Amino acid sequence: MAQTFLRPAQNGVMLKRRNGMPLNRFSQGLFVLLGLLVVYVLGRAFWQNPGVFVQQVLNGLQLGFIYALIALGYTMIYGIVKLINFAHGDVFMVGAFTSFYAVATLNLHRWPAALFPGIPEGLMMLVGTVTVVLLSMAISGTLAVVMERFAYRPLRNKPRIAALITAIGVSFFVEYFGALPFVFTNNYITYPRPFAVQVYSAGMIAPWVLVVLWVIFLLIVATFGWLTALARQGSRSRYHVQAQTWKRHPLLQFGLLFFGFITVVVTLTGVRIETGGKVWDLTASNVTLVVMGGSIVLQVLLSYVVSRTRLGKAMRAAAYDKAVARLMGINVDGVITATFALGGGLAGAAGVLYATVFPQVHHLMGIIPGLKAFVAAVIGGIGSIPGAFVGSLIMGQTEMLTAGFISTPMRDAVAFSLLIVVLLVWPQGIFGEPPAEKV
Amino acid sequence: MFKRMKPSVTFFGVGLLIFVVIQALLSLGLLNNYWRGIIFWGAAITMVSLGLNLIYGFNGQFSLGQYGFYAIGAYASADVTYRWVRGDPSALVVVLTGALLALGFYILVSAFLRRFYGVTVMARFTFYVLATILAFAIAVIAFVPLFGPLFSAVLGALPTAVSQQIVFLLALLGGAALAGIASFLFGIPVLELGSDYFGIATLGFTIIIKVLLDNTDTILPFPEMKGARGMIGIPQWTTWPWVFASLLLVIVVMRNVLHSSVGRAIVSVREDERAAELVGIDVTNAKILAFVLGSIFAGLAGGIRAHDLAFLHPQSFNFIQSFNPLIIVVFGGLASMTGTIVTGFFWIFLLEGILRLFLPTGFETWRLVVYPLILLLMMLLRPEGVFGRYELPFLRRRMPPLPAEALAVVAEPTPLRAQTPAVVEVTREEVV
Repeated sequence: MAQTFLRPAQNGVMLKRRNGMPLNRFSQGLFVLLGLLVVYVLGRAFWQNPGVFVQQVLNGLQLGFIYALIALGYTMIYGIVKLINFAHGDVFMVGAFTSFYAVATLNLHRWPAALFPGIPEGLMMLVGTVTVVLLSMAISGTLAVVMERFAYRPLRNKPRIAALITAIGVSFFVEYFGALPFVFTNNYITYPRPFAVQVYSAGMIAPWVLVVLWVIFLLIVATFGWLTALARQGSRSRYHVQAQTWKRHPLLQFGLLFFGFITVVVTLTGVRIETGGKVWDLTASNVTLVVMGGSIVLQVLLSYVVSRTRLGKAMRAAAYDKAVARLMGINVDGVITATFALGGGLAGAAGVLYATVFPQVHHLMGIIPGLKAFVAAVIGGIGSIPGAFVGSLIMGQTEMLTAGFISTPMRDAVAFSLLIVVLLVWPQGIFGEPPAEKV
Repeated sequence: MFKRMKPSVTFFGVGLLIFVVIQALLSLGLLNNYWRGIIFWGAAITMVSLGLNLIYGFNGQFSLGQYGFYAIGAYASADVTYRWVRGDPSALVVVLTGALLALGFYILVSAFLRRFYGVTVMARFTFYVLATILAFAIAVIAFVPLFGPLFSAVLGALPTAVSQQIVFLLALLGGAALAGIASFLFGIPVLELGSDYFGIATLGFTIIIKVLLDNTDTILPFPEMKGARGMIGIPQWTTWPWVFASLLLVIVVMRNVLHSSVGRAIVSVREDERAAELVGIDVTNAKILAFVLGSIFAGLAGGIRAHDLAFLHPQSFNFIQSFNPLIIVVFGGLASMTGTIVTGFFWIFLLEGILRLFLPTGFETWRLVVYPLILLLMMLLRPEGVFGRYELPFLRRRMPPLPAEALAVVAEPTPLRAQTPAVVEVTREEVV
């Protein structure tokens, strides 16, 4: 029995086999039908109430931007150390708790007002919030570095499994150490936002704001298009090389992303249409804008670090081949520490943003967002920075649209099924590169 | 002859002794319900961990989905007996005939798929899912009215004590079979992914199962499971002979599978997938077999645990719990059955039994701080686990003697080897 089970070809007679293409087509057809069903459900929801649908899309966008920050840490750490850092979600949790204590007990978000009493309210909120985020980033980055130094580095040359189990252990330790009554307690705590929430809807946005946003955005797009055209001309153009360099400049990336998303969101909320009983009236709070803006700033900063600095170059080299990078004189341990610090800092910022969106902190709050962000990084292609961003946006949309229009309790289930489906279609993820296999 | 049989005789002798002693203690009332529960729980978690050890320790697939299958086994078998006690044989009929029918359909589907080349994983998955749906649809629509009265009549004619034991056996088998079917269907697409992705996907599976269990009365059509409120009213039928028999069954089945050629295929997949493929092992089949068998063990343990507790709650199948078997397996030593068995019992005795009884009340919050610290220390100081790859003589693999010429080649020192004599060392026990 074992023989036939293990070697079906050795049954004596060669089986005459036919092409399995029709079967594959059949199953693809079933999956396409399933997809069409989902599209139908979503389309019907959109048709019935486009305002609610687009509102839900905006919520998904906001969630996606938060996941992107966590996913970047996962993707960088996995790219260099090949380790699923299960404790990354707990770094995120510590970031949220740090900002909670900074706001609730230290009152750190009001320090400009305490120092300069005459300061305008808006400026104070901005400076205070940025301070809180920076503090959280610093503390979570430090935590990630400490984890790397004391838990992962001693296991660098042991089998990968040992590091993975250690990661699980570290994650448990941080979670349940946080649950101790004198650390964070195991209750759900209401989170006071560092700034007051303002909800914008149609009447509240002045038309000149929209005009200015669109003009800036179109200018940036025009610049980008012009540079692309110059770069396309190749050797015929004197500015070919400069255009290629400027096209990928972080400032331009930032402008495209930031003004693109902000313009679209503000325009959507600034417009109010009533047709045939269907009201199109979206609202966006300043929380959404802060999340988007903060996330884009941090992502562009990270992509600047990775693509334009010596550290980034060293990181890419270490991710490509650690041994050779070491031969080239790169301090690989230092690079790994820096990677953990960057990833931890981003996770801390994500923690603050997550807590501002869903104003509650808990010592287990990091697990599910952390896992989903990892799934998002895998979907985008692990090791790829734009992949993490795109995967996270897909993840956020999937989750929010499922919660809104398909089945609320199944949102986590659908999010994890997405991983399986995407990996079967693109085994390397959307932006991933096929691994160089050595036999 | 006796020398060859000695490990088996010792193993079963000691097993019988343990069985008799604990049975005597239970009968005499020297062990109270608390300790009885601890022992049963230890056995259940040991079975779950043995399943995980087969999947992860022996086959190298990093799985975090063990508690999902444990939950499936627990809920399915609990539902069977719950309904049976209330005079409704439908669950029993559906689970048993559906599982058998699905098995038959799987054989047909695999024979069908073997006639084609180039069939993608998605296509295979689709056909097996369709076969499963068909099997259970037939069971629900046709077999319940057909066999329900028959089952009731036959089992009703027997004395209650006998029919109860038979139903319990069938419920345990049904729960294990459902866990096996679920793992088979889930394993087809997911085992194709790499090891890390497989871990995350199985973790996702546990989360999905937990979500479904929270909504058994709304999304799924099982009002008696009562969703997130927890299922009550399960008959408390688990007795020490049942626990002991299932544990022994799991150990013996696992040992015999691992010592067969299938087991060698499973282990070779862990060692090097590509090399295993090159020597003609069907890697996909070996992976699926290990995964399904490990999940069946978990499903069986679920049935045992459900009928001991008589209360099931989705929270006890939370994915955080699914790290427990992993920690047990790693503590005991990957690919060491002995280590898993000892650590499984020790884990429950220590954490749920002794520590709870003898330490002051504030300690509960510290327990989960101390486990991971021990785990970290363990990983840093002894990553191969407490037992390493030690096995009891019964569980250790006996190899046929090496042929004389192979020994001769090794024994004759070549000049190169003469310089480094310490390397040449051949033992007859293959390292598992």
